Amino acid sequence: MSEVKFISPETIEQAVDAYSKSSKEGKTKILAGGTDLLVQIRSGISQPDTIIDIKNIKELKEISNDNGSYTIGAAVAGAVLDEEEDFGNNWPGVLEALRLIGSEQIQGRASLGGNLCNASPAGDSVPALIASGATVKIQGPEGERKMPIESFHVGPGKTNLKNGEIVVNFQFPKKQRNSGDAYLRMIPRTEMDIAVVGCAVNVTIENDKCVDARVALGAVAPKALLVEDASKALIGSNFEKEAVEKASLACEAACNPIDDKRGTISYRKKVSKVLFKRALEKAIERAKKG
Amino acid sequence: MNEMDNKWIGKNTIRPDGADKVTGRAEYAADTIMPGMIWGKVLRSPHPHATIKSINTKKAEELDGVFSVATSADCVDFPVDTPVILGIQDIRWMARNVLAKEKVLFHGHPIAAVAARTEEIAEKACELIEVEYNIHPWAIEIDDAIKPNAPILHDFINFDGKPSNIAGTLEHKKGNIEEGFKEADVVIEREFETAAVHQGYLETHACLVSVSPDDRTTIWSSSQGQFMVRAMTSFITGIPQSSIRAIPAEIGGGFGGKTIVYLEPVATILSKKSGRPVKMVMTREEVMRASGPTSGSKSKVKIGAKNNGKITAAQGTFYLQAGAFPGAPIRGAAGCCLAPYDIPNAHTFGYDVVSNRSKVAAYRAPGAPIGAYAVECVLDEVAEALKMCPLEFRLKNAAKEGTKAVHGPTYPVMGYVETLEACLSHPHYKAPLKKLQGRGYASGFWFNAGGESSAQVNITEDGNVVVTTGHPDIGGSRASIANITAELLGIDVNRVSVLIGDTATIGFSNLTGGSRVLFASALVVTESTNQVIDILKDRASKIWNIDKEAIEWENGEARPAGDNAGKFKPLSLVELAEQATPTGGPIGAGHQVNTVGAEGGFATHICDVEVDIELGIARIIRYTAAQDVGKAIHPAYVEGQLQGGVVQGIGWALNEEYIYNKEGKLDNPGFLDYRIPVCSDLPMIDTILVEVPNPQHPQGVRGVGEVPIVPPLSAIANAIYNAIGTRFYSLPMSPPKVLEKISD
Repeated sequence: MSEVKFISPETIEQAVDAYSKSSKEGKTKILAGGTDLLVQIRSGISQPDTIIDIKNIKELKEISNDNGSYTIGAAVAGAVLDEEEDFGNNWPGVLEALRLIGSEQIQGRASLGGNLCNASPAGDSVPALIASGATVKIQGPEGERKMPIESFHVGPGKTNLKNGEIVVNFQFPKKQRNSGDAYLRMIPRTEMDIAVVGCAVNVTIENDKCVDARVALGAVAPKALLVEDASKALIGSNFEKEAVEKASLACEAACNPIDDKRGTISYRKKVSKVLFKRALEKAIERAKKG
Repeated sequence: MNEMDNKWIGKNTIRPDGADKVTGRAEYAADTIMPGMIWGKVLRSPHPHATIKSINTKKAEELDGVFSVATSADCVDFPVDTPVILGIQDIRWMARNVLAKEKVLFHGHPIAAVAARTEEIAEKACELIEVEYNIHPWAIEIDDAIKPNAPILHDFINFDGKPSNIAGTLEHKKGNIEEGFKEADVVIEREFETAAVHQGYLETHACLVSVSPDDRTTIWSSSQGQFMVRAMTSFITGIPQSSIRAIPAEIGGGFGGKTIVYLEPVATILSKKSGRPVKMVMTREEVMRASGPTSGSKSKVKIGAKNNGKITAAQGTFYLQAGAFPGAPIRGAAGCCLAPYDIPNAHTFGYDVVSNRSKVAAYRAPGAPIGAYAVECVLDEVAEALKMCPLEFRLKNAAKEGTKAVHGPTYPVMGYVETLEACLSHPHYKAPLKKLQGRGYASGFWFNAGGESSAQVNITEDGNVVVTTGHPDIGGSRASIANITAELLGIDVNRVSVLIGDTATIGFSNLTGGSRVLFASALVVTESTNQVIDILKDRASKIWNIDKEAIEWENGEARPAGDNAGKFKPLSLVELAEQATPTGGPIGAGHQVNTVGAEGGFATHICDVEVDIELGIARIIRYTAAQDVGKAIHPAYVEGQLQGGVVQGIGWALNEEYIYNKEGKLDNPGFLDYRIPVCSDLPMIDTILVEVPNPQHPQGVRGVGEVPIVPPLSAIANAIYNAIGTRFYSLPMSPPKVLEKISD
């Protein structure tokens, strides 16, 4: 790595301004926790000439709760969010997904915003964010806009962000009564690994009936997927065997994976069904508790 | 020495290297810096197989900040047709592995190196080196390397009269194999595969080398043998050994992988050409791509037994990857695999196969886990066919004192049977299992080694002790030597300091490997300490003016042997040290010898797994390792060796593998996708230290470090079968492979 310009703005406007200017001239990277970026720089995958550190921007580090609707800054670290007990009660699936990113040490830095913008198909928090129904707030040279998480990615390493746009925060819907979310991933080890398949489920139950469901998969396609056919199969059901089976087949059908060093196509497809069922069970258990 | 009276031998004394390691003071090779130091980096081959037509380093040399460039033209020339043997290595291959000469033979093969003011400049300069290649087809897997018309790596290697990638064979025979199989009631034959796996030491290879204008060379490096570093560097650079001082750093893991050199000769050439000290540190990726893993393999094993449980015949054929140059550990596979058993008719055969992978290096009992994996899995099937308990079956066929082993020797006193009995009487053997849980058993053997060792024991002026030996400590040798010295001298262990000398300060000592170090160094330290005690008695005799023979040494002091010797107040070590000068001068003694009498080690393991049949994940839920350790001088360290070996075996069995892509390049050169186990993958590993002392050693020591990696591969495979009724014949038993086979 040769010389790199390092910018550390204190407002979003400054950040957007610097980002849109510098990315016209060369390769600029946004730095939040840096747990992906620094590894990429070291391995030569990324060779930026400008780095913009967004950790000093207040709004990006904030956690707020507006009458049950959470807003989480893009650069909030996993370990910090973990200390927000009430957030974990509302969105245990999102928190458990975020907490799977890296080791304890990495947790002091890794953020939802970074995990999203890194745009790995295997990013752990992304399926959980999709299942939660969260939206992402983006700010760029042409102002502010919002986007559901499932629309954010284009493919591996590629997002729908336009030139100069940065992710500001995540806005979660108010958690519905008797709803629960869960995230599970398959890794060959027990820790320190990348998802071979990830699955998040968020269900709402009324009188033993599924009234709402969102199912998302990671690491089985060029980007994390919202599996709408799985949701359809569940909504209106009593989670009876046939409905769950139908939803799990929808998960398998949604998979469009590759054979690689981490798993085969057939393995990923089979595992997507299994993880869906296990995550669903966990989500139902949580929903029944409130 | 009465066992019960031991004060220090067999005690878990405080580790002499512990405080420095936990407080970050321990000096590893990459910690060393010097004024004027510059950085070396290596240019590596982008192709798995190519002839080097030309190398042009001009642009690199002209880059600002570059001090020197090295290629194989700067090394001593070793013609390919003349072997230059050093230990188990051939310097012809070592030189070409360090810097490629005629050909590049694997992706990542070093071609040239640059020393520059910074690592960044050195890297940039490497990119400016122009290499012209003539690219050849390549062979990565054994089948691709031995098929007809395979790409030939070395045209001077012939097999069956034709150019071949089979670089060598090895055979062990006993009895009449055909007759043996005729006698059998049950015969089972199976084929197996294992993937190449890396030792996974956390500390990457590193060195600092300073060559002065008169060629006097100092090397600080992380290795398993400073004398090996000196000799190999001398061979490759042409600098005489007497001009090279190799200083061993504290070592952050080696497991066999640091028994050869990669960087030291290169840094020496760069330092000599630049006149500056040169530091080189490999990245993890370089370690994975270009240092030696151990062999991947394919094998076939056939075993026959009678209905009464007696094995009548056994046969094994093992193909092992050598990587780019000859030297696969076929002796470990073909020699160790049947060693635990008394088998009348046997035949094992090993093939050393070169292919376009990095040259293999030793890894903990090299080759032995591969051979044992195949044999112990087939034994499990034979026991099942005979409806016998796998441990009872092994007991019925166990080698004992007097058994003639398939690999040659007739065994002296040895404790294999005792490991089986220890397992049979351990609570683990009878513990209940739940659904989808299973239990597997396997045994293993490793030769263990002796070899050259030197020691010096000096009494300090204040009456304490400094012991110097010549082997890097990778498994607790310093703590164990302290225990032995304190025991012999009858003093507190904290008064003994044990150091590792460099090549200029201690006599030649063979490298740390083969589970040899404590066996060998305890012998020379014992001899040296006994000489010191003799000197101490002599000094007391001078002070008291009585015969030396009338003096005994006990509890750290000289005493008159009896009333007839006279009545004198005992003289302590401190008092004798105070009077050293008037009684004859400094007190110390050294000994150096080629040690013999190392005896093999045997182990039996019990493993429980639980299989998630929906995801294909096998988790190890309980593990017990029993081993004949001879005599545990420092039991905590011995247990650590057993546990460490088991953990590496678990990784080998379940997830570790070298994965090559279609371009012949390693696809997982890092710890993210090369999956060694993490702590949360492992249960507590229980150990049973069986002590059948080696009668040829003063403290009964047998090597303990390597045997424990031999049984786990098959113990785990057998446990998975016991859990789900599916046998796996290919390692690693990773989740996609397991699920695919279960789903079939």
